[in-house]
Amino acid sequence: MVDLSRQVDRRELLRTGVTAGLGLAAFGLGPSAGAQAKKVVKLSFIGPLTGGTASNGLGGRNSFLLAVAERNADPKSKYRYETIVLDDECKPTVGVQAALKAGSEPEVIASVSHYCSVVAIATVDTMHKLGLPSMVWGAVLPEITYGHQYPEVTRVNGTMINQNHIAADFAVKKVGFKTFSIIHDTTDYGRGHAKYFTEGLEKVGGKVLSVTGTAKDQKDYTAELTKVKAEKPEVIYYGGLTPDGVRVKVQMDKLGVKAQLQGTSGIKSDTFIETAGASAEGVYCFTEGAPTEKLPGGKKFLEAYAKMGFKEPSEAYGPFAYVATHLMIDAIEEVGPDRAKVAEKLKRTKKRDTIIGPVEFDEHGQNIVPLITTYVVQDGKWVVWEDSEYAAGKRELPGLKFRRERG
Amino acid sequence: MPPLEVLLQQAFNGLMLGVMYALVAVGFTLFFGVLDVIHFSHGDIFMLGAFAGLSLTFAWTAAGLTHPAVALCLTFVGAVLVTGLVGVLAERGCVKPLAKAPPLMTLLATLSLGLVIREAVLIFFPRGADPKPFPAMLPGGLFEVGGVVIRYENLAILAIGAACMVALDLLITRTRIGASIRAVAQDPEAAQMMGVDLDRTVDVTFFLGSALAAVAGVLNGLYYSEIHFIMGIMGGVIGFSAAAIGGLGNVYGAILGGLLFGVLQTLAAAFIPRGSEFRDVVAFAVVMVFMVLRPTGILGEKAVERV
Repeated sequence: MVDLSRQVDRRELLRTGVTAGLGLAAFGLGPSAGAQAKKVVKLSFIGPLTGGTASNGLGGRNSFLLAVAERNADPKSKYRYETIVLDDECKPTVGVQAALKAGSEPEVIASVSHYCSVVAIATVDTMHKLGLPSMVWGAVLPEITYGHQYPEVTRVNGTMINQNHIAADFAVKKVGFKTFSIIHDTTDYGRGHAKYFTEGLEKVGGKVLSVTGTAKDQKDYTAELTKVKAEKPEVIYYGGLTPDGVRVKVQMDKLGVKAQLQGTSGIKSDTFIETAGASAEGVYCFTEGAPTEKLPGGKKFLEAYAKMGFKEPSEAYGPFAYVATHLMIDAIEEVGPDRAKVAEKLKRTKKRDTIIGPVEFDEHGQNIVPLITTYVVQDGKWVVWEDSEYAAGKRELPGLKFRRERG
Repeated sequence: MPPLEVLLQQAFNGLMLGVMYALVAVGFTLFFGVLDVIHFSHGDIFMLGAFAGLSLTFAWTAAGLTHPAVALCLTFVGAVLVTGLVGVLAERGCVKPLAKAPPLMTLLATLSLGLVIREAVLIFFPRGADPKPFPAMLPGGLFEVGGVVIRYENLAILAIGAACMVALDLLITRTRIGASIRAVAQDPEAAQMMGVDLDRTVDVTFFLGSALAAVAGVLNGLYYSEIHFIMGIMGGVIGFSAAAIGGLGNVYGAILGGLLFGVLQTLAAAFIPRGSEFRDVVAFAVVMVFMVLRPTGILGEKAVERV
């Protein structure tokens, strides 16, 4: 009698052997074959790649791509990361469309999203509905993290509250200015800056002479500056982004407005100096975190960035996008490519050493940034205040010079 | 600063804006006068003029041309030629083929062309997304008259703007091509029967309108020391509104409308509570009131001749 069961066992054995052999070949014998077997996980980047704030957006995008490239080159990575880069044009409606596009692709597990506050606040609900973990890398409006309880939205940079309180303290207590005229764009970003700076001034005894809201992307500021000139402020504080900040400063000089220009993190870009030219000298502003080049990992970041051969500089918030990307990948590596688990993991980020300093999220997913850095334009470069000749007393801020001339 | 000085300074600020608006508005009115076309890429042609001017300043610098007056003249001439030519091509490519189509088609085609021009500058100009510094080519320095700050460059800009308007007036009223433009504006068929070359007249009109936009673009760069690829969007809307206030089809109306719009915007920002936030709203509201009360614009009916 033919033993059929034995025949089946032999076939099974053969099959098992072939499968095991192929498996061994795939996992153990050939490294290239192993790399190909890595599951693909997609990450999206959303930021302003066109429009007035594109220089910051492109710096953020490049930093994001650098972080992804580093992780793909790491043999320890469990997944192969692919990227989707989307332009929000610094416009809320376009930003929401971009968020929908990223979130509707199931392979996209997380997103490094938004430089502009007006866009970030507009996409908060969308990110929540899509269940897409989104880490803000540049927008500073407090409500982006503090205005809701969504687990999906976190922020690696600081908010404008801390920035403006320190800015007011610096101007009044450290430099000695007393009178301020505030001009801000009428977006949530500009209004927020004006609100928190005024709040900060109240605490330290600075006097607000006027508050003027202007349209974003306004070309002509001569009417507003003529009005402000009559108030003779020591400082004109501008709450807005680079393109408008350039116009305010250049037109101040053309109209002979003798006051110090104080800006926000929104003007901290190389483009501000390139466009304003000589008018930029002596302008100061504030950003969250420490200067990249001063941190141990910062130098490495800048070298790696340079090696990638990007055409655009990383700008002030590139390091934040870089850190956000690494944090997201770390979370995916740990809990797997599952949006809900990644969101939960990210929200609980504590005591992480990064190139922007220690990252620790509060219960809202907001990084409690311990440090604000003051920058001043000196000889066509943003220089950390403490390292500048202005702080050393070798140069005089324009606003102080004007005050001295007035007597 | 006493109130009168502030008022005078604001009026002067408005005048500076108005001159640039007027040069854009004249183009709109010329195109409408001759072809009954609202050429909505004209704002982007204005932007293109500024970028052409900027590119030429790079070229002169690279060529070692250091005399500012010569460089400035060559910049204007070059920008006018480049932008004028683009204007003619825009007419040939977008307006003429749709001559018999409903007016909405031409409007959409010119709107799309504006988008193409804008995106082309964004993509092909080095770091086109960023604002670009425009070199100072006019005399610097300022002086005060009765508390009003006047820069030498402002006087130069006013003089260039006024010279363009006077030249345009002379061209339209004193030359053969001007007579052709007026004739086509009055009655194209009758003009053709009288021997006017319609195609040539339309070409000249588009060249002229676009060239004035180029002058406005370069002046804009010189005045603000900065240009941006999106500057044509608002520039075009304001130029068209100014032409409409003055009376579409009337050159003098367009100049008047441009000046009025500039002064209105400035005064609204300066003297209405929270006016800065609503400077455009106020200016466009006035346009709407004009359109309701006098749809033909200020000089629309009173003009003896259109154009």
